[in-house]
Amino acid sequence: MNTAVMPERENYLNASYGLKSWLLTKDHKRIALLYLITITLFFLLGGVFATLIRLELLSPNGHLMSSDTYNKMFTMHGVVMIFFFLIPSIPAAIGNFVLPMMIGARDLAFPRINLLSWYLLVIGGLLAIFAMVSGGVDTGWTFYTPYSTSYSNTWVIATALGIFVAGFSSILTGLNFIVTIHRMRAPGMTWFRMPLFVWAHYATSVIQVLGTPVLAVTLVLVLCERLFHIGLFDPALGGDPVLFQHLFWFYSHPAVYIMVLPAMGVVSELVSTFSRKAIFGYKFVAFSSVAIAVLGFLVWGHHMFVSGQSLYAGMVFSFLSYFVAIPSAIKVFNWTATLYKGSISFETPMLYAFGFIGLFTIGGLTGLFVAALGVDIHVTDTYFVVAHFHYIMVGGAIMAYMGAIHFWWPKMTGRMYPEGWAKLSALVIFLGFNLTFFPQFILGYLGMPRRYHTYPDEFQVLHVFSTAGASVLAVGYFIPLVYLLWSLRYGKVAGANPWGATGLEWQTASPPPVHNFDVTPVVDCDAYDYSRVIREVVEIG
Amino acid sequence: MASQAHVETLAVREQFDTAHQQQDASTLGMWIFLLTEIMFFGGMFMMYTVYRAVYPHVFGLASSTLNEMIGAVNTAVLLCSSFTMVLAVRGAQLGRRRTVMLFLILTIVLGLVFLGVKGFEWNQKFQEHHVPGLAFHMEGTSQQGPAQLFFSLYFAMTGLHALHMVLGCGLMLYLLWRTYRGTYSAEYYTPIDMGGLYWHFVDVIWIFLFPLLYLIDRHLK
Repeated sequence: MNTAVMPERENYLNASYGLKSWLLTKDHKRIALLYLITITLFFLLGGVFATLIRLELLSPNGHLMSSDTYNKMFTMHGVVMIFFFLIPSIPAAIGNFVLPMMIGARDLAFPRINLLSWYLLVIGGLLAIFAMVSGGVDTGWTFYTPYSTSYSNTWVIATALGIFVAGFSSILTGLNFIVTIHRMRAPGMTWFRMPLFVWAHYATSVIQVLGTPVLAVTLVLVLCERLFHIGLFDPALGGDPVLFQHLFWFYSHPAVYIMVLPAMGVVSELVSTFSRKAIFGYKFVAFSSVAIAVLGFLVWGHHMFVSGQSLYAGMVFSFLSYFVAIPSAIKVFNWTATLYKGSISFETPMLYAFGFIGLFTIGGLTGLFVAALGVDIHVTDTYFVVAHFHYIMVGGAIMAYMGAIHFWWPKMTGRMYPEGWAKLSALVIFLGFNLTFFPQFILGYLGMPRRYHTYPDEFQVLHVFSTAGASVLAVGYFIPLVYLLWSLRYGKVAGANPWGATGLEWQTASPPPVHNFDVTPVVDCDAYDYSRVIREVVEIG
Repeated sequence: MASQAHVETLAVREQFDTAHQQQDASTLGMWIFLLTEIMFFGGMFMMYTVYRAVYPHVFGLASSTLNEMIGAVNTAVLLCSSFTMVLAVRGAQLGRRRTVMLFLILTIVLGLVFLGVKGFEWNQKFQEHHVPGLAFHMEGTSQQGPAQLFFSLYFAMTGLHALHMVLGCGLMLYLLWRTYRGTYSAEYYTPIDMGGLYWHFVDVIWIFLFPLLYLIDRHLK
């Protein structure tokens, strides 16, 4: 192939050099890498807080830090991981890179807005970091009133402002994706020929665009309440603190789907590629993404079963929450059906996909437990809930994110990662994850409340298991950081299509040229048509 | 000079194939942006709905303290500004540079008039102690808390709306400058079109704010 013979071929990485060419770039691929670096730093920061939390919980009496400090730790862990890592992770980093290529476009519809959205994330992140180094914030990532508005003496304003700004980053990314998918598809790329990754991102973008402004205005009102005591959430003036919870969860429940829908899109690509079969029931999987986005807006009240909302509201929210299980299950069943009689191979991205399917299923099914009114009353605010959402966010979203990074790493960098190390770390992450979070289901069921740093002695064994698991998990995340950086220089040169995958992004060079394609591709077949792919001979390892 | 800028912006940006595709994308993007704005204001409208349902009588009393004549005049001013905005867009479609400039200036002037009147109203509220906070006091009711909630919403909603007006005026100034430089033509005037969409949107928000804040239960006065 040309790429092997002419290593000096111009691509988006060597087209221009210097800091300015990166900080002022309008190339979606470079912006994606800026995002990748940024969110990796936030992931490390959030990981530091997680480490401190787990260390503190090793002993029942909490010797490491005071209760106040512990409150700040779990708050900042949540804020960083959710708003500055998980929300931008797959869409803004991976999606930014591959989505335009998948539909055969030269770039997103609005490259300058794309760059702006990265700067907004950075500014928001800096505000949050400023709050953290100035003394931190202790309200929990949920900012429940009236504590956040009237009582907390920590840096609520700076943190909320940071999330507000980062929210606009998310909105602009969503807006850009929607317009791009509508208006920038290559000739022949009809809606039902799009890879499912694109469908998942379309659904995600709709949530980002419709949900995030509500969080933004809610945070503005919290700020006004703190600054001017306007009383909108203050019971002393007749305001209603529960109204805050409604507004907050109106965004923050759909935000769960901002995190997991792109992950599902990734898994669709991985399962198809590594079983060399078209996705079973393409349209069902595509529409299930849309269904999750729509239903996701109608279930926020299941976070508030014990908040004092009306019983009828609780019943309706419980019922609707069960409904979300249907499109989620459709996806899992269809991935499984795709595997059936496929030529399955077990490269690292596929290991992560398997990890996702298993862990997401556990996370999803325990989601049904907590969606049931009676069970939820027993487990509300316990480690059961903590374990449940970590199975979705870490076991689901981050597993898929890791799979996506490995899958598209050759496309992004032109280099292969070392397969042996990668498989090892995937295994370590899977084991470490389960060791960390499975004991938390049991802890929660036995009655260990969340957000407490002291607990009865009999819970210690399970907490020690969990902390041990977190250490394993940390090692698992650290190994890829090392070998991925190593591979930038020493990795095997990757061809255009090392996996024999079908997406348009694999039909251009690795790394891609500045405008993605030398000639705009014309699409004349469905997604996942493996009969057409001629696999390049690339030795992996 | 003018023709040079003209050529520069007529060029289709590199990610697009045709000018039509570019214009289409911009329009869709703008509508989606306005959708996010609706959700942004929507949170406040939702709160208004909830609190008005809980405290209907006090909200009526508090609403009656606002001067509906001033509100009505301001509504008229804003509607006129939308009219001049439409004429500016029409002028752009026909490629009449001077017409566009004239009507953009008129739009800005009307926008500033609206903001001036709004500022006058707010000032009055300050003097009447109707601003939420320690000094708040409204005559004629013992329910000072809920009365304050009404004015919290009043200031938050009209304040946010006024902020959008200020940004709108800034946007119009930018369009005016670009028009003066000869950037736009009958073939390429998408930014004026988009600016128009934004201006009308801010207008429509006020059309909802005016009756909700000024015109409930006037008979209580």
